Amino acid sequence: MTKAIDFQTDPSKYRHWRVEYDGPVANLFMDVDEDGGLFDGYQLKLNSYDLGVDIELSDIVQRMRFEHPEVKVVVMQSGKDRVFCAGANIRMLGGAAHSHKVNFCKFTNETRNTFEAAEADSGQKYIAAVKGACAGGGYELALACNHIMLTDDSSSSVALPEVPLLAVLPGTGGLTRVTDKRRVRRDLADVFCSMEEGVRGKRAQDWRLVDEVIPNSKFDETVARRAREFAAQSPKADVTQGITLGPISRTITDDAITYSLVEVALDRAGRKATITIHGPDEPAPESADALVAQGDQGYMLRLARELDDAILHLRLNEMTLGNWVFRSQGDPEAVLEHEALILDHRDHWLANEIAQYWKRVLKRIDVTSRSLVALVEHGSCFAGMLAEILWAVDRSYMMEDEFEGDNRALAAIHLSDGNFGAYPMGNDLTRLQTRFYGTPEAVGTAKEAIGEAIEAERAEELGLVTYIYDDIDWEDEIRIFLEERASFSPDAMTGMEANLRFAGPETMETRIFGRLTAWQNWIFNRPNAVGPNGALQRYGTGQRGDYDMERV
Amino acid sequence: MLDLINVSYDTQIPNNVGLSSDRKVLKALERWHPGYINWWNDLIPENFQKSDVYLRTAVSVDPKGWAKFDYVKMPEYRWGVLLAPQVEDRTVPCGEHYGQPAWQEVPGEYRNMLKRLIVIQGDTEPGSVEQQRFLGKTAPSLYDLRNLFQVNVEEGRHLWAMVYLLFKYFGRDGREEADDLLRRSSGSEEAPRMLGAFNEETPDWLSFFMFTYFTDRDGKMQLESLAQSGFDPLSRTCRFMLTEEAHHMFVGETGVGRIVERTCQAMKEAGISDPYDIDKIRDLGVIDLPTIQKKLNLHYSLSLDLFGQEVSTNAANAFNAGIKGRYMEQRIDDDHRLTGDTYVVRSVRDGTIVTEDVPALTAINMRLRDDYVRDASGGVGRWNKAIAKAGVDFELKLPHEGFHRQIGVFSSVNVDPEGKILSREEWEAKSKDWLPTKADGDFIQSLMVPCYEPGQFASWIAPPKVGIDNKPGDFEYVKLHMA
Ligand SMILES: [Fe+2]
Ligand SMILES: [Fe+2]
Repeated sequence: MTKAIDFQTDPSKYRHWRVEYDGPVANLFMDVDEDGGLFDGYQLKLNSYDLGVDIELSDIVQRMRFEHPEVKVVVMQSGKDRVFCAGANIRMLGGAAHSHKVNFCKFTNETRNTFEAAEADSGQKYIAAVKGACAGGGYELALACNHIMLTDDSSSSVALPEVPLLAVLPGTGGLTRVTDKRRVRRDLADVFCSMEEGVRGKRAQDWRLVDEVIPNSKFDETVARRAREFAAQSPKADVTQGITLGPISRTITDDAITYSLVEVALDRAGRKATITIHGPDEPAPESADALVAQGDQGYMLRLARELDDAILHLRLNEMTLGNWVFRSQGDPEAVLEHEALILDHRDHWLANEIAQYWKRVLKRIDVTSRSLVALVEHGSCFAGMLAEILWAVDRSYMMEDEFEGDNRALAAIHLSDGNFGAYPMGNDLTRLQTRFYGTPEAVGTAKEAIGEAIEAERAEELGLVTYIYDDIDWEDEIRIFLEERASFSPDAMTGMEANLRFAGPETMETRIFGRLTAWQNWIFNRPNAVGPNGALQRYGTGQRGDYDMERV
Repeated sequence: MLDLINVSYDTQIPNNVGLSSDRKVLKALERWHPGYINWWNDLIPENFQKSDVYLRTAVSVDPKGWAKFDYVKMPEYRWGVLLAPQVEDRTVPCGEHYGQPAWQEVPGEYRNMLKRLIVIQGDTEPGSVEQQRFLGKTAPSLYDLRNLFQVNVEEGRHLWAMVYLLFKYFGRDGREEADDLLRRSSGSEEAPRMLGAFNEETPDWLSFFMFTYFTDRDGKMQLESLAQSGFDPLSRTCRFMLTEEAHHMFVGETGVGRIVERTCQAMKEAGISDPYDIDKIRDLGVIDLPTIQKKLNLHYSLSLDLFGQEVSTNAANAFNAGIKGRYMEQRIDDDHRLTGDTYVVRSVRDGTIVTEDVPALTAINMRLRDDYVRDASGGVGRWNKAIAKAGVDFELKLPHEGFHRQIGVFSSVNVDPEGKILSREEWEAKSKDWLPTKADGDFIQSLMVPCYEPGQFASWIAPPKVGIDNKPGDFEYVKLHMA
């Protein structure tokens, strides 16, 4: 799997999904093209999916919010008879490198989190209308919807057959959502998750696996009625017109990816990617209307899209670049002005969507399995939402005092109200709350510094950066840190960082990205699943996996 | 008085590292320098600080003319930063990077390991000066007083050498470590020196000579193995330090030799042939040979402890990383990686001392210690020759490597100087025959009265065969400042 994976798509290119817009209701059909797999060697039968299918879904969910703000209910359903969705494609999983499986699962998890949160974030409610077999990743799609409707045709069922069938876990949130979101009793969940055939009809509702079971003859009609009812009840304000998400400006060369506001330099020998974020190239819009008029060219949205793409590109296509270095250059005051327009108009749909999008992009950084470091250099613009990056990364370094021959503005961090609630992490705390978990008063102290240009010494005093260095030490310390980091085992780094980043309470989200994913990735490394006689390899041969029966 | 504010670095600090244009190190040195001078001034009694001492000062790295001799007041000594000349196309001499170009910058992945090695080495340098701080008051001659001060200022320079590396290559961490090198102090309860032998007292001149012979020789072996480092600046620093270290061991070997010589001579003059006729010998105002043997036992065993655990993962890591080699690494005829080799180590099994083969990588410390033992036996042989020549029936011996050990496999058992394992009680009952007792110490102490007349020597030590810098016997090596 060496070909570059592109996360950019648009409706004209979809092969697996289609959307029919009907006022406040959007009907989303999954109709996977068997021959449209991202890689060779497998067919996407029975509405099974691979990363390519999920990239389209992610694009749909994103456009639903920016291009179709009139939509209040999305009905996810199958475009095929007798099958809703069979889940992730097993042959694809069986043939994929471990690293691809892991990144695939991470991306699908992020997509599911995104449409699951659409109701709370934007008033777009997702209904799963389940007809036909809904198994594994198929049921996980439904689980991430806000409402599940199952037809009672005596054959349609919901199932999580991964354990008995494939010797892996329902790892795209399945196990976690069954207990934490659906609140299925744990012993019933145990029964449910160890059976291949799944649960049908009324029992599925009794066990809380679905919200409604509807006679087959009335299913379509009931789904349509329910969608209209939900739309009518929706608190979401009516918006007639969205904006268009055009293609992003991007040039990919051997050692760089260049966007309009983001530059990524790839250093393969040093195993690092340097991500430079530029400040605004135009003044902030003066009103929400002006923001809408700017559409996808407004600074906040354009930057979020470019950064999002860069993160995904690096994750999937540059796996040996184990260190990501975040830099920024630009006018911090201008960043604050752009952010303030968004935060001051949270009741406006587009401003809200942009803020929510920034929340998601920052979360993507949080769960990225790379060593992350931020360099707060002279001339940088870590302000407002960009300052969040400083607390998403594993370490940050800041320039202190003037550097010889450097006439850029002295490095300074700028805090905004946004840093105190607008972009919570997966643990539902702000990054500053998480950072100062042991000294909560430090959050309050930092808040008092809103409006200040926080230079190095003060930033160190406030605990906002890891180290400050003057120009005597700067270059060496950074070089040494990066060299040392690049020499450590990537596995140990991933494990260490993932554990240290999320202090504080568990949420469903952290449980999915932490507990469930870690167990799944462990199983993905074990012969019982992936060995030559493991269940994934033997799937479809008629032979069951040959297991090492030792409990570890 | 030294001008602390406007130190002119290119003149006050001889160097061949371009200090005056190295802003980074310069700034760090400026901060550190006053603390160093304070440390020095606190250590050496004031009348000695004001005395003119005939010292050699390293002024270049040219093997033909690296030092010049002149009178200097110690606080004005020019502690230089000097690296041996760079060897062109030098490669990493050992470990997994064998054959790759030597590093001119610290490789990030080995930074902490390197820093640790440099800090440990750096910590020993001021440690010995602290241990020897009171000796000047009881010097047996101006010649010996001068040698003591020479060793002291050079240990100070070795500290500078290590501090330079810390400043140059280890950023803020390095500066903190450099400050701590001045904060720790020999024998302190608060912050002792890192290695045990550097927290022991050096109460008398026999101890001083034993220390410079045995413990400085450990320093030499450590420097030899660091001189093999793939981190080139460390290698170059250590290579130059070794030229100075040779003098310290010379002081030790000739010092012990002169004491032995004087004792034998006095015995002969008094017609005493039995070296164990201790009281009579002591009445002559010289140190009896059995007591010298006890001192040897003590310093030798303390020095062996400095080599650490016989089987050591740290040592294996450092070798494999290419940051610390073996003694004379380049002359060893093997693959310099040692991944498949074994080495013989001694260990204790069921109450007996056995030998066993262990992976050679893990036995790096043991190998260096074996090299040390060989190196240390040379001088002992020369002392014995002098004893034999005087017709005295006595032989000084290095005790068994398991004798009186606090570190390594032998620390769990009690071994006599012949290598026999004894019970705790047996050992304790006999240890007074093997290690200096308080009475021995008191006796030696009673001899420690200063002899400051040019050309004169205390009763218990013979004059040297040749003077320093070929000066005549009555040369005034130290012009004492009399307050
Ligand atoms: Fe030394
Ligand atoms: Fe020395």
